[in-house]
Amino acid sequence: MTAEAAVFWAFAIVTVGSAAVVVFSRTLIYSAFALLFTFFGVAGLYVLLGADFLAATQLLIYVGGILVLLLFGVMLTHKIYDLDLKTETTQLASGLIVAAGLFVILATTGLRTQWMSVPRTPVPTTAEIGRLFLGQYLLPFEAASVLLLVALLGAAMIVRRRRDA
Amino acid sequence: MIGLQHYLVLAAALFSLGILGLLTRRNAVNVMMSIELILNAANVNLVAFSRYATGNMGGQLFGVFVIVVAASEVAVALAIILTLYRLRRTPNLDEADILKG
Repeated sequence: MTAEAAVFWAFAIVTVGSAAVVVFSRTLIYSAFALLFTFFGVAGLYVLLGADFLAATQLLIYVGGILVLLLFGVMLTHKIYDLDLKTETTQLASGLIVAAGLFVILATTGLRTQWMSVPRTPVPTTAEIGRLFLGQYLLPFEAASVLLLVALLGAAMIVRRRRDA
Repeated sequence: MIGLQHYLVLAAALFSLGILGLLTRRNAVNVMMSIELILNAANVNLVAFSRYATGNMGGQLFGVFVIVVAASEVAVALAIILTLYRLRRTPNLDEADILKG
């Protein structure tokens, strides 16, 4: 087994194992902390795929931003004396059937299809991504910034307490 | 030799776990976590295709956009969950049936 394969399997086990904890854990806080390891595992996979900028972005935004927001969500939607924070699951059997069927379909599609193969040799990507964002992909880049602004305003509008209510 | 198909199967597993969580969890914050799993699975696919199949940077750039959309989605979804919690005193989604006729 090469070093690349060993690292891939280590990250794959971390990612899928902690994702399973996210889905199956009955305690909300355990799910949130397992999600941390899923994000780290995916960031490791990005590094392995030669996407160094995306790996750093994953750590900064997912671990530093989204996970903290989710923990705020856990904190604010439970009473403070509600220590165990248990959550329930419904329709576990039918959900398992749907998810397993979906996995089989996706995995066989991925394995059977003859994908075209133009491997990119891994080089540092940050400079190239910056050039593309301010050149070829300028319009989507600006649209994304407007989307972030609108989402920020929308979130603030939704949570604010109305005076008349 | 690790190739494209390893990553595709891994992303399929991550995606299916996300769908499972989406279908079975009742807590709204847990459902949001499952959506993050699904978005991460899509991103792994995009970056893997960028590395092995297309030979250009398009997949990685799209991955950055997916992360941007995920961040704004979480912010708005959290706002909705907090408003719902204020209204109903519960984070459970199947008790949010105000719009039911």
